[in-house]
Parts: sequence; C-alpha cells; structure tokens
Amino acid sequence: MTGLRPLALLLCLTVLAFAKEPKLKLTWIQAAPGDFVLAGKWASERIVVTGKLADGSLHDVTGQTQFKSSNSKVAAVSKLGVVTPLADGEANIELNANGKKQKLHVTVKGSRTQSAAFVTEVRPLLSKLGCNTAQCHGAARGKGGLRLSLFGGDAEADFEALTKASGGRRINRADPRDSLVYLKATGGLGHPGTKAGTREADILLTWLNGGAPWSNRVNAQIADLKLYPDERQFAKGQTQRLLVTAIFSDGQVRDVTADAGYHTSNPKIASVSAEGLVRAEDAGDAAIVVTYQRKSAVLRLAIPQPGPKPFPKLAANNRIDELVYNKLKAMGVPPSPLATDEAFLRRVYLDAIGILPTAEEARAFLAKPDRAKLIDSLLGREEYNDFWALKWGDLLRIKSEYPVRVWPKAVAVYYQWVHDSLAANKPYDQFARELLTATGSNFRVGPANFVRAVPSKDARTLGETTALVFMGERIGCARCHAHPQESWTLDDDLGLGAFFARVNYKSTQEWKEEIVFTDFRANLKHPRTRAVVEPRLPGAGAPVKVGAEEDPRGQLAQWLTAPGNPYFAKAIVNRIWFWLLGRGIVHEPDDLRPTNPPGNPELLAYLESQLTEHQYDLRHVYRLILNSRTYQLASEPNQWNARDTTLFSHYTVKRLGAEQMLDAISQFTETSEKFRSIIPEPYSNWPANFRATQISDGNTECNFLDLFGRPPRDTPYETERNSDVTLKQALYLLNSEQLEGKVSSSPHLKRILAKNDGDVLDDIYLSSVSRFPTADEKQRLMEYLAGKKAARAQAVQDVAWALVNAKEFEFNH
Amino acid sequence: MLDIPGRRGFLRVGAASLIGLTTADWFRLKGQAAAAAPRAKSVIQLWMAGGPTQTDTWDPKPNAGEDFTGPLRRTLPTNVNGIAISELLPLAAKQADKYTIIRSMTHGDNGHETAAYIMQTGSKPTAELVYPAMGAVVALKAALKNGEKSVLPPYITLTNPLGRFSEAGFLGNGSKTFAPGGDPNNPNFRVQGLVPPRGMTEQRINERRGLLKSVDALAAQADKQEVYREMDEFQQKAYGLILGDARKAFDLSEEKDAVRDRYGRNQFGQSCLLARRLVEAGVPFITINDGGWDTHKDNFEAMRKKLPIQDQAISALLEDLAQRGLLPETVVTWYGEFGRTPRVANEAPWFGGRHHWANAFSAVVAGGGFKGGQVIGSTDARGETIRDRPVYPWDLSASIYKLLGIDPHGRLPHPQGCVAYVSPLAGGNVQSGGLLTEIM
Repeated sequence: MTGLRPLALLLCLTVLAFAKEPKLKLTWIQAAPGDFVLAGKWASERIVVTGKLADGSLHDVTGQTQFKSSNSKVAAVSKLGVVTPLADGEANIELNANGKKQKLHVTVKGSRTQSAAFVTEVRPLLSKLGCNTAQCHGAARGKGGLRLSLFGGDAEADFEALTKASGGRRINRADPRDSLVYLKATGGLGHPGTKAGTREADILLTWLNGGAPWSNRVNAQIADLKLYPDERQFAKGQTQRLLVTAIFSDGQVRDVTADAGYHTSNPKIASVSAEGLVRAEDAGDAAIVVTYQRKSAVLRLAIPQPGPKPFPKLAANNRIDELVYNKLKAMGVPPSPLATDEAFLRRVYLDAIGILPTAEEARAFLAKPDRAKLIDSLLGREEYNDFWALKWGDLLRIKSEYPVRVWPKAVAVYYQWVHDSLAANKPYDQFARELLTATGSNFRVGPANFVRAVPSKDARTLGETTALVFMGERIGCARCHAHPQESWTLDDDLGLGAFFARVNYKSTQEWKEEIVFTDFRANLKHPRTRAVVEPRLPGAGAPVKVGAEEDPRGQLAQWLTAPGNPYFAKAIVNRIWFWLLGRGIVHEPDDLRPTNPPGNPELLAYLESQLTEHQYDLRHVYRLILNSRTYQLASEPNQWNARDTTLFSHYTVKRLGAEQMLDAISQFTETSEKFRSIIPEPYSNWPANFRATQISDGNTECNFLDLFGRPPRDTPYETERNSDVTLKQALYLLNSEQLEGKVSSSPHLKRILAKNDGDVLDDIYLSSVSRFPTADEKQRLMEYLAGKKAARAQAVQDVAWALVNAKEFEFNH
Repeated sequence: MLDIPGRRGFLRVGAASLIGLTTADWFRLKGQAAAAAPRAKSVIQLWMAGGPTQTDTWDPKPNAGEDFTGPLRRTLPTNVNGIAISELLPLAAKQADKYTIIRSMTHGDNGHETAAYIMQTGSKPTAELVYPAMGAVVALKAALKNGEKSVLPPYITLTNPLGRFSEAGFLGNGSKTFAPGGDPNNPNFRVQGLVPPRGMTEQRINERRGLLKSVDALAAQADKQEVYREMDEFQQKAYGLILGDARKAFDLSEEKDAVRDRYGRNQFGQSCLLARRLVEAGVPFITINDGGWDTHKDNFEAMRKKLPIQDQAISALLEDLAQRGLLPETVVTWYGEFGRTPRVANEAPWFGGRHHWANAFSAVVAGGGFKGGQVIGSTDARGETIRDRPVYPWDLSASIYKLLGIDPHGRLPHPQGCVAYVSPLAGGNVQSGGLLTEIM
C-alpha cells in the first residue's frame, strides 16, 4: 500500500491535517458512531469514516467524505463531519465517500435546554484547559489561593474548592458574570493560565447561571469510555481521526472527543495532537491513550516495516515462539539466528542461577551441548534458590535499615522462609497467601514480615505494596494525586488499604521483636471525611462483608489467588519474562494498567494460562521460557531488527547485575569477598566464600554492589535496580586496587602457570567468557605470552584483567 | 521499536549519567537552574554523626548550674562583640566574624536514623517518598549545569558513607555519594579508581589497554548495540582521568607541611583540607562524616578529646577558604542530626552523659553568601527550649539551596513520575520559621 500513496500526500498532511486528500478507490466504508442522539444545547457529534481498499487496508477517509443533513432545520453538519443540534426533531446525515454512500440517523432532543453541571460539563474543562496540572492549581499548594486535585483525581474536593472554599467567594450567585471563576477563566483580572474559548466560557456561564450544581441528573456517573478505532494497522505517514464516546450511567451517550486528553506511548512511532489526530511516524508498536474523567480507552496501533520478501520461515521450539513469530511476521521484523552454544551456556547460567559456569562445566556442555538438559539441571540447583531469593528479597524489601528497618533477626527468618519456599518450589499462589495473611512474631514467622518491611506500617501503604508486588499496579501515586492516565483513585487506594486495617503490631520483651496480630477494633479512616473505610476489592462496586472477628486480609488473598483473577498470574509471568529477557511484555513490568497495554497480549495470556494450569508452578514457566527459541536467539541484531526493543527479535544485552558481576569476578579469580552488616553494632560478618547472590540483608555493606547499582530495597519497584553503565564503574574495573588485588592474588591464575601457554589461554577463556579462544585470538595471545617470558605470571594476569574488562565479560549477551 | 526515547541518548551527555534522569527531566531542571543566580558554588557539610552537644559547643549556658554545665563552666569571648562559645573552641573563637551560629534549630525527632534523614534531606519522613540528601540534589543540579566538563564526581563523602539512610533516595543509586574510603591522614591514602593501584606503572596501564582492545571480541558490534558504545565511551573517559590531572585533587602530598599541620594531622583535619582541594577542583558538594558524638556516657571526656580537633580543623578551613577568596562562594555547615540534653545525666550508667535532644540545638553556617559574625535565635537560660526565631531543617536546607541557585519550590525528577519538590516548603504543610534571610 505504501508504494501506491504519492509522497505529496504525506507532505500535505504534515502542513495541514485536513487538507484535501487524493481520492482512494474504496470497496467498503464504515461510519462511526452509527445512529445517534444529540441531547442538549452543548451536544455535538463527530463522524469518523473508515474506507477499505481492494488490498484490504483500512483508511480514515473522513476528509474525503461529503456530508449532508437531510433536514437542515434540525441538525447541521460541517464539512469535517461534526453534527450540531438546531431544533428538536429527526434527520439523516448522508455520507458520500468517493461514491460509497451511507446514512446515519440523528435524533435531536432538548436543543434549547441550557444546562451545565460540574460533573458532566465543568470538570472536563478543568483538565482540558490544564487548570489542574502541577504547574497550575494542581500544585501541592495550589496557585493563587485556589487548589485543585492534581489531574482531577478528587472531583468532590475540586467542586468544594470552586464553590465553597474561601467563603464561596469564587462564585457570585447573584451576578454569575461577576464570578471570580468566570472572570479568571475568560482572561480577566490578569489570570496567567489558558484562556477559555467561546464554547468553554458559555458552558461556564450556564453552569453559574444554573446555580453551579454538582450534577443535573440523578447518579449520572460516567460508566464507560469507547474509542473508535481501538486497534489498527497503519502505514508510515498515515493519519487517523479519533472518536471518543462517553456512556453515562443514565444511558446518555456523548461525543467527548473535544474534551478528552490524548497521550502516546511512544511519540517516535505514533504522535497524537490535542484534538485527537493520530499520525503514524515510524515502524513499530504504539498505544494511544485517551482519558476522560478518570476513564480511559486505548488505541493499539501497529506500523509494520517493509520486511524481507519472502519473510523467512521460522522454526519454533514451543508455543512461545509461535506467538512471538506471529507478531514478528506481522511487523516485518525477522529474528536473529539462534545463539551459539557458548553464548547460550553463559547466558542461561547467569539468567537462571546468577553465576558463571566453571571451566569444567563449560567444557562438559560444549562437548555435548544438550540445552534442555542443561536448563533442567540449573533449575534444580541450590544456586537457583539463592539467586531467586535475592530477587524476592528486592521485591519484599528484606533489609535491616532505614526506611524499612526490619531487625537482623527478622531479616534472617524472612529470607530463610523465602529461600525455603523457592527450594520447595512452593506454588506461587500459596506463597502469596502466606505472605498476605501471616500473623505472629516477626522473629519467628518469616512471612509476618511482609506487613513489617514497609517504611510505614499503615494500612494504605500495605495495600499499595500488595498491589505493586502481586498485581504489578502502581496505585501508590493515588495517594498524592490521581495518576494522569490511570483509573485508580483515592477511594480505590483506601478500599484496598482497608483490608489491612486490622493488622496491628505489639512489641515483646525481646529487643525489636514485634508480634503481628489481628486487631478487631482497628479501622482505616478516610483522610478527608474521617469516615471508616470498608474494604473493597479492586474493580468491585461494593465493599466486602467482614465478620466482627475476621481478618479481612484472608478475603483479599483468596480473591487475588483465585483462578481467573485478572492481575495475579499476569503480573508474575510478565515479571519472569522481564527478568529473563530484559524487557516485560508489559513494560515497565510493575506498571500494569489498561493504558499501558502488552506488546503481545496473546503471549502474555498464554504464559498466564500455563502458570494457572500448572498449579502456579513458577519453575514450569522458567522452563518454558528458557527452552523457547525466542530466549535462545543471538543478541547480535540483523539488518532488519537492530532497532527493535519490544518484539523480542533478538536477545537484549544486559550488563551483569551488581551481585552477578561481583560473583563472576570472584569465581574467575577464586578470591572471596568479606561482607558485613553494620546493623546492629557490633557488626555481623558473613562467612568467607559467601557469594554476593547469597546475601540476605540488603543493608550488607559493599561498595562494589552500590557502585554497580544493587537496589537499595526502599521500595519494591524494579527500577530500584540500576544496571546502567557508569564512569565510576569503568574507573573501578580499569584502575582500582580492589580489582587489581583480586587479579594479582588470584590462586586460580597462579595455579594455571604450571600449564603451557595454550592450555592457560583455554582455561582463562573458559572460566571467564565460557568459550575457547578462537584460533586467531589464541595465536595472538600465545605470541604475547611468548614475548613476556621473563614476567609470565604478570602477563597472564594482564590477559585475565583484559578479559574481565571486555564487554563479553561484563555483559550478558 | 526504539528504546525509551532519549534515555540512552541521554547517557551519552556525560557526567549527568551518574544520575538516572530522563531527557525531559533534564530540560525541565535546566530551565529551573537558569532561573536564579547562584551565589555559592560549593558546599562543605561537616556532619557530626550521633548528635553533638550544643551547650558544650556553640550555645554555652555557664549560669545554668553544674547540673547543666558539668565541668565545662567557662565560656570564651569571640572576635565578635557579644558572642561567646565553649572554652574548648579557642581557635574558632577568633574566626567568629566568618560564621553565624544558629542556636534555634529544632525538629523534635529523637531517633538517629529519622533525625539524620530529616537533617540530611531537609524533609520529614513520609511513607510515600524517600528523599535524596541535599548533596544528591546539589549534585544533580551541578551535573545538569556542567555536563561534560565535570570530571570528578559531584557529591563526595569523606571518606565513609553514613550508612544510616540512603543518600540518593528516589533519585536512585546513580545519585549516591562517591565515598573513597580510607584515611587522608594516612600517607598511603589513595582514591580507588582514580589513582592507579600500587606498583602499576603507566607503561603497564598502556599495555593492558592495548591488550583489552585485542581481546574485546564484541567491539565489532558497538555500532549495533548502544550499551556497548556507552561502555567504550566511559572506558575512554576513564583513561583520560587515570592518565590525566583530575586525580591530583585527591593528592594531599601537594600541600605544604605547614598547611597540613595547620588543619591538624588527623583524619578530620586532613579531610577538611582535602575538601578545600575538591572545592578548588569544582566539586559542588562534599560531606565530611565525623562520628563519636553520641555521648550518652561521659560526654565531657569525649568533648575534651574531640573539640580541640574540631577547633583546629574548622578554624583552619575557614581561614584558608577566606585567604584564597573561596569563602564567598563556598557554604560551610556544621551540625549533626540533633543536639543533646542540656541537663547532664550524672547517674549510673551514664556518669556525665548527655542524651538525644531535638527540641533545640545549634548549627553553624558560613560562607557562600551567608553573613558571618551573627547569632540567629536563642534558647532559654538552660538551653532546653527555643526562645525566639525557630529554624527548621527545611528552612536551613532551602536557604542553602537558594544560595546555590536552586529553587526550593522546584520539582525533582521521580522515577514513577510522582510529584516531588526540592523542599517540603513548596508543599506548604510544614511548620516554618522562614528562610535565613537575615544573614543572606
């Protein structure tokens, strides 16, 4: 299709969005929204017309459609297809798109009724005009005395601020035109913000004239938001008008396109204007998020690149590969070839158990490379439990200092419980239930620390932590403000927090020990109204019923881990995918929300079903992913997929995590680290030969780990772990006494001096980068060593040092 | 299909890569940075971990009786009329025209970790946000301003980190302080990474560099993998530092013996001297951690040991900065997380100890636009409560930010996009005694 479209069209569109478009030969057209009703003076309805070409591609042909009203006394229609009411009655809007015709029926009601209410008309204006952003009245202190909730998260508070706060001086019921709100919004009195247009000013005045009501209809809440289109494939340069329709609880349906907010997930791939005009900028996947009054809808769009022809046939190891390849094919992105056995070996060790294979293990595997067998053996190793206990330690904030402050004894039992659970391959639903419902001493009952290892032990924090860890939902933002693109509100946050309202703590005679118990008198109060908040499940309309002597956490845990829960399995399989492949199917992996859709929903659904069908066996999911060809692809991109980061066309290169890096260097040099925890004094020291991936306490002192970005474990966000490359790291690796000490004192490098140069090189390569040197490398380095006979030990150290500093060592590739 | 826009591209911008910011944050903060004209360029924060006693240092109460003074009953007049300080600070007494004593610091939190957090971040602990220390914020701002030019880390701690709280807070580990470890008073003191390991010759460094190039099998992929290219760039930059001049800032052997003696031949004194060298090299924030102030037991014995060291180092630092013309652009601060009980605990097991006291304590500020020779606020006859002009930690931090040209009402980048302000004063929900405008 792209080849057919003249370049002039693209240029034209960039200058003027609705410029005349060349006539397309259409086989079929579709007009949204279908038949409709216009109710009230402010109503309007835009029509978006889609045309289909002979090649099956869909195009926005609204701009080439002629519109005509059959009754111009009842409804008028503009050239752009916007219908406005004139008088009550009925009419047809006749469409003609390059010869294809269609009729939409319109009913006009209440066309003389001038009414505006806060919920339906005024509140959207506050968002549309940017009144409630952090720069304006949404700032923590408000601006100029008026404080609105950030991004309109708290409608009642905003209504109060406009109509009642400051002694109600913002509105003048006697002379509405003299209201501060009206004067400021229309640019009077030196108001620096956006000036309201005629329509907005009219709405505002009507609202004030009507006595500034909260709502004009009983219980008229916005029930749903519909977006047209909601999924589409585009060619680069193509544009698309959007139609946003709000459906209210009283059945009213309105075009809110003009008042909605628009946001793109990736402006380089698809841009969207403030009026809702989408433009496909470059090949790739993107989502356009539309928000209107805390409701959101998403347009998922794909812009394929012209890939190789014919598209290569792709081998699949399992169902994952089929689902990934479907997407790759649709997007014209062929995957890289399978990684070499050497690359796979090193990668799967690091990803599955966090450490490097030894030279012996490398030799054995390379002599008889059975990938599936290797994966099975790794999943059964003790280091698997260590490495994943480390990851869970991050998520569960196992740390003995500020701000979490779990005392070392609690750290020990908490970590041990996690480690034991992993070793026993405890079903993940059971793991979560135990964490969510535990009671007892936090020095004896490991999982009781889930409600203890938080910066503040209040119910809301616990609810937010649960949502983040087990649902991948970031509702914490709802505490300070509503998420600009998320439907979580303060009430949802409180409803979830209320499940933890009966969690209480008491101290014992043992220093810093706490007993977690159910306190039946405790409750959570609404921070503004001070009313008691009832526990309410996410997405549920009504609160749950809680018995007088019941810990409501049980109900939350049951709901969360019940089959079919929309969050639980999805969040963990997405996390595992992120941990192994470096990018989530939903990315970030702890930011699951309707407005951040998965890149490959079928893949996510498949993994989710695999987890639930296999009784929440996490190892099953690891095995499935590690055995997929997708995981085993080379990291080197081909000419087609170098820019792809979302389709999994090649393995994403990762810098070794802090603990992996330290262990890799220690294992290679056969030296050990001394770890110590400075809390409490006197310090506790870890035994020698402990690996960094075995450390339980996130507060354990280690400059190396800090330098390489281990997470501080203050919060469960995945971004706490920083795997960026930095200058300080480069200085450390190239020039520090510590690394030099490990190399120069290495028993390993001393021991191999007994071997001949060729064997020395084989050994160094196998134990650092898990492969034999190439013939060329071997020849060059043999020459180097031959020239350094007088200082052979030092020359061997230099070669080892150079390999540690090579990308091949520092990255998992 | 591209990566998160700007993130990788941003990393190549240079020193700011120490900080995990997005491009959008970069530009927003840059805009803010341009807004105010800075008077101070650097901060030297002398941190007295454990909470130093105010009545035995900057706010003596000689007439409160022995239950309060203990054996330290005398005070010394200073070179500013009407200001008297502890008898154990004779050298600092001669420099009183250079600094201002704040005798009315208060925050009321008597726990070490939380109080240290409050004083270091200028924020109260809350459940939702873990704030970065002032040094991390200043470093962030400096990195944005200096970009490529700055070669030394912008936030340096001499020489060991506090460990009580996370200096970087929500800015992430990339904003953590650079703490070289070791004792600058030790002749073998060397900063890891900058100074080559002992016995490593320049020839061998260069040989190894050649060897690294020849074994770097993935080098060919650098044009396809952005992270590989970044790593190449950092290695190149690192070699520039290792073989160049920047590391000399840490080399105290370049100082004359007389200067080193003047600061005091001990870890704290030599750390102060090192801090001055770092200021000269353009480092915007240096913290010197001094411990041993948690004097629950035998406070007076500890003061007789500690204060002469402090006296010598502080007076040398102020004198030296002033002589070199650096004092007007360098803020120097002296305080800990809180003060200590004005009433002496004479009973067993304390035997003359002082406990935590966050109600009223002292801080000292000098230079960088702060006037000297002043006293702000006062306490009652026993030093237990504030009589006038309370100064809250955020008043102090916001004043310092202001001198550095950082808008306390500005925003900080937050990884999850939460709204976070430089100072809680922006939120308006903390008590405040106002900025220290009387000395600015």
